[in-house]
Amino acid sequence: MTRPLVLQNLRIVDPSRNLDETGTIVVGNDGRILAAGKDALNQGAPAGAFVKDCAGLTAVPGLVDARVFVGEPGSEYRETIESASRAAATGGVTSFISMPDTDPVIDEIALVEFVQKTARDKALVNVYPAAALTKGLLGAEMSELGLLRDAGAACFTNGRQPVHDSLVLRRAMTYAREFGAVVALETRDKYLGANGVMNEGLLASWLGLPGIPREAEIIPLERDLRIAALTKAAYHAAEISLPESADAVQAARERGANVTSGISINHLTLNENDIGEYRTFFKLSPPLRGEDDRVAMVEALAAGKIDIIVSSHDPQGADTKRLPFADAADGAIGLETLAAAALRLYHSGQVPLMRLIDALSTRPAAIFGLEAGTLKPGAKADITVLDLDEPWVLYEKELVSRSKNTPFENARFTGRVVQTYVGGKLVHSS
Amino acid sequence: MITFPHRHLLGIKGLTEQDITLLLDRADEAVKISRQREKKTSSLRGLTQINLFFEASTRTQSSFELAGKRLGADVMNMSVGNSSVKKGETLIDTAMTLNAMHPDVLVVRHASAGAAALLAQKVSCSVVNAGDGQHEHPTQALLDALTIRRAKGKLSRIIVAICGDVLHSRVARSNILLLNQMGARVRVVAPATLLPAGIEQMGAEVYRSMAEGLKDADVVMMLRLQRERMAGSFVPSVREYFHYYGLDAEKLKAAKDDALVMHPGPMNRGVEIASEIADGPQSVIEQQVEMGVAVRMAVMETLLLSQDQGPRP
Repeated sequence: MTRPLVLQNLRIVDPSRNLDETGTIVVGNDGRILAAGKDALNQGAPAGAFVKDCAGLTAVPGLVDARVFVGEPGSEYRETIESASRAAATGGVTSFISMPDTDPVIDEIALVEFVQKTARDKALVNVYPAAALTKGLLGAEMSELGLLRDAGAACFTNGRQPVHDSLVLRRAMTYAREFGAVVALETRDKYLGANGVMNEGLLASWLGLPGIPREAEIIPLERDLRIAALTKAAYHAAEISLPESADAVQAARERGANVTSGISINHLTLNENDIGEYRTFFKLSPPLRGEDDRVAMVEALAAGKIDIIVSSHDPQGADTKRLPFADAADGAIGLETLAAAALRLYHSGQVPLMRLIDALSTRPAAIFGLEAGTLKPGAKADITVLDLDEPWVLYEKELVSRSKNTPFENARFTGRVVQTYVGGKLVHSS
Repeated sequence: MITFPHRHLLGIKGLTEQDITLLLDRADEAVKISRQREKKTSSLRGLTQINLFFEASTRTQSSFELAGKRLGADVMNMSVGNSSVKKGETLIDTAMTLNAMHPDVLVVRHASAGAAALLAQKVSCSVVNAGDGQHEHPTQALLDALTIRRAKGKLSRIIVAICGDVLHSRVARSNILLLNQMGARVRVVAPATLLPAGIEQMGAEVYRSMAEGLKDADVVMMLRLQRERMAGSFVPSVREYFHYYGLDAEKLKAAKDDALVMHPGPMNRGVEIASEIADGPQSVIEQQVEMGVAVRMAVMETLLLSQDQGPRP
């Protein structure tokens, strides 16, 4: 039981109701929203409520990040569930799906339960474990999909590993369909660009680095989409980086397949030129692409062709990043900067705020069936309060995450998360 | 007074025409020293040079060693084999260890692109890149330029055909950069599987046949084809490769009569170059080795003497 909460005089943007108006959010002592909108105070504030004036601020449903790598179990020095949740709260993310790429891999009921229990005891935000589609993420045998789903696996994924064997994928997707679970995959051809470390092209050629051609993403994606249509499973292209991929998913959708797609915030705000002279914090999978591709992806997102934005938060340490580029690990942290980086797309006029919040909250909640993404009466009071116009600079020393591999070090942002509420409880305020 | 505004030599990229000319002029002087009976000078006396080679290379390493010794520096060789330790860890850890010994210049060769640049960020002395992966090999391009300039009297407006495995070649990248900077016309001749993406925008005209690519060329620069790339992966066979791209007397006829034939070594005779050409009158392959020592003397002298002579923090 907490004290009722009243947030007054703020702009409320709630894509679940297509609502954008100035008003009040009233949260009951059960941590659920009683009302949100311009008429929310018609019944008056609840007795004993904590009333906060939020003039100039904007409330949105708490962000939902569908792709977060955590180091626990196995690499706690990089990130624990607890430290990731603090990074999430700082970034306005109130729910995230944790990837199964841990040591051990999350492919057993006991491990799903371990993540759930650790999250319940220590995390500031809602953590939903994804489970491995195949045992050990090896792409050979399907995991106990039914039991894992019943234990609470939010979805099935092979994490960083693509599933190369088409037959294994077909059977796993057919089976997963029966349990109503989404299969979320990254696509990367096993052979084409297998030794590649960045986008194929002039820049890679000058740097003397082996390139990854576009087709290495597109060809296996086309295959996955065909298998999704064949099996009628719910398929999510977890991290696409090319306009051809967005088109492929859209075309499959128009043919009637139950498919969606996501893109990392990095691919919407950075490009391959950021790599400069071998800056390993910009080494990602899929690789950062050219500026034309980035712009096309922002347009595809605005048009709804790409469904959701993820942080693809992937903590890495000096041991895996302070290496020559080709030897360094892929990945960048992103929970703390997700909202701020995404607001660049709003401020540039490329993506309307409603669509942006939809892609960051309402839509991912709907795709993965999570109780989140809305400020409707009765919903859990997961709320992110933003100052859309606050300028700030990200300094490495202020990062909450245990790992510091941000591609946004010393970056300037306009717009910041000022308060984060999970179940009506304040978990972050700046 | 030397004006060379660089602390390290990590690549040709970033060097101006003036920088390159300065190094080549100085190397011309160094050639004279190497040809004297008394080859030792004292310009780097008291300074320490460490050769840190993560990739085995007898030729380049001994060239750098001799260059340092002729300048009077104390030279130490460290050959770090590819042990079970992860390459990158070895790089940073070894670099920090060596740095604590206060060297004045580190000469580095490593199998990964960007390794020399990474190391330069971590140590407090000058770093010379002796080849990093498929990225750059600046002293090779400088010695090639010196060889050409001494034979042709200039670098501008000459036609240089670079032939063979451009894709995997750091020598080709450094040469394309340097020759363009100096106003030469650069061509590349190779099967399409051995060309990097975007080669057309890298400052080279692309040819698929030796007859066209070598036409009127002043310099024919052959590249080494690694043995593991010969059979089926990038080209079908050694026989087929030599048939289309190996330099023999017939193909060389397309170039100017006085065209120079160059090769960075070590050569695969009968794969990229016929023996009769490698040993023939147009070949300057041995001169390249001689110029190598001179260029490396010039580079180290220039880097070390243009720096503040006081103690480092």
